[in-house]
Amino acid sequence: MGSLTQRQLRIITQICWTIALAVVAIPFVFPFLWMISGGFKSANEIFGSPSLIPREWQWQNFLDVFTYQPFARQYFNSLYIAVTVTALTLFVSSLAGYALARLRFAGSALVGLFLVSALMVPEEVTIIPNFFLMKWAGFIDSHWPLILLPVFGPQGIMATFLMRQYFMALPKELEDAGKMDGLSRFGVWWRIALPMSRPALAAVAIITFLNSWNLFLEPLIFVSSLEKFTLPLALSNFTDPYGMPLWHLQLAATSLAVVPILIVYLIAQRQIIESFALSGVKG
Amino acid sequence: MAGKPAIRVAARDEGAPWLTLKMREAMEAWLFISPTLAGFLIFFVGPLVAVVWYSLNEWNLLTQQSTYVGLANYADALTVNPDFWHVVRNSVIFAIGLVPMNMALALALAMALSRRFAGVVFFRTVFFAPVVTSAVAWAIVWKFLLQGEAGFVNQMLAGIGIDGPNWLREPDWAMAAVIVTRVIKMVGLNMILYIAALQAIPRDYEAAARLEGASSWQIFRWIVWPLLGPTTLVIMVVTTIGSFKVFDHIYLMTEGGPENGTLVLAFYIYQQAFEFFETGYASALAMIMFVIVMVLTVVQLFLRRRDT
Repeated sequence: MGSLTQRQLRIITQICWTIALAVVAIPFVFPFLWMISGGFKSANEIFGSPSLIPREWQWQNFLDVFTYQPFARQYFNSLYIAVTVTALTLFVSSLAGYALARLRFAGSALVGLFLVSALMVPEEVTIIPNFFLMKWAGFIDSHWPLILLPVFGPQGIMATFLMRQYFMALPKELEDAGKMDGLSRFGVWWRIALPMSRPALAAVAIITFLNSWNLFLEPLIFVSSLEKFTLPLALSNFTDPYGMPLWHLQLAATSLAVVPILIVYLIAQRQIIESFALSGVKG
Repeated sequence: MAGKPAIRVAARDEGAPWLTLKMREAMEAWLFISPTLAGFLIFFVGPLVAVVWYSLNEWNLLTQQSTYVGLANYADALTVNPDFWHVVRNSVIFAIGLVPMNMALALALAMALSRRFAGVVFFRTVFFAPVVTSAVAWAIVWKFLLQGEAGFVNQMLAGIGIDGPNWLREPDWAMAAVIVTRVIKMVGLNMILYIAALQAIPRDYEAAARLEGASSWQIFRWIVWPLLGPTTLVIMVVTTIGSFKVFDHIYLMTEGGPENGTLVLAFYIYQQAFEFFETGYASALAMIMFVIVMVLTVVQLFLRRRDT
């Protein structure tokens, strides 16, 4: 056997690495494949064979999901709540973030410190009084808590600081020019600062949307009627009268909830991963 | 007529322009911040004060009204109720199991994926995918895979002659199972933080060390690892705090069972507050959790300061 060249050696090492990574990747990928395949299996087959390809493709599952509970309504709830929370968070946090980054006023440092302290407190600590607050306001079994708490809770504060960080790094000259041209403060923010902050806005939007879409504790506590459920609650609710999960429906419904997000993720993975990196380092 | 007021205004502006401009700027600033600040006061500061007060009161379904009892709820948790220390123990075990595994795997994956090669984007995408997936979906699928005999994991194990346990029905195995599946779900987040930190290290360092004849391990131990220090510290604290807050994963996979084997602090608070309606006791638990997270945060700040 002739000795290997440097190049061949590199290629072989690379192949070994790739195989090792592929093995590690199995528990990351397999649940998704299993979820989708399980959604197409019959209630019996799901326990029968470990094969990923269903013997019979049960498209019926994906229809039954919608008749078993108001799944379309629940899907819509999740969607409109996530969109609302994202839009409100973008507006509120970029306004406050801009003031903290650009405007000078007595107490700005104190306000910043005050707000940042919220990031250290887990929401489990404030959820009990917030429950009574919402009860007092008549918001139990409504979507208000699922909108208000994320927008103004730690997530919103985090978004504020992300925006602030980004605004501080922007060049000031354009905004000054805008002021010279007679734009109001609001106009400068809306027409100049915001358009220049698209990457930060995108990051906030992505993370806020996903957080709202996946929110579990708040819906569990505040929402009780089926038509008001959001997806995470609905998914865990495909059970028979004895409380045992109806796996084929549960997996079909879970696929319907997860696959669209996964498709968007696969298309925009670079942007999405960068958004998390940005918020993770700051948070 | 028209000219006169204009002159007067100009005169006032000349007199103290800095005052009005400054005041105007401050007013605009408060206006910009006001939605955030109002929300912060209503949904954070108010509740934080309230939870302290609740925790000093006996308030549950039986009493129907709150009575001031001082520190009795805390005493109850710390000295009387046997569940409390069991729960703290579970939370600590969860953290001790999860944090090192998560960080070691995150670093290993980051080291493998911070270089360029065909497929690097594919693998990054794969390892990060569970992070964007809902915890509910993740828990549902794993709960299914980890069932007793019919579960996929055990069928696979049987294939190589191993008789797998009924993962989620035996306390110790259930704890191991929730830890491992949680690591798989969340490790991608720390992985990308490590990748960012690794890519920020100048390549010359490694090249220079190689010229000096350093081995790969030496380069890692004496160059890469120290430079990763600040990132490691942040990741460690954030992951530890996150592990103390774990709720949905436990709720969906084991509901704290079996035999309270996976009953962790956040779940215990939820149970006491929203299943048993022990508002006072649950509030005291929430305060204890607050203190734990606070201590972890302060330790981080202290370590970071000492570091620099």
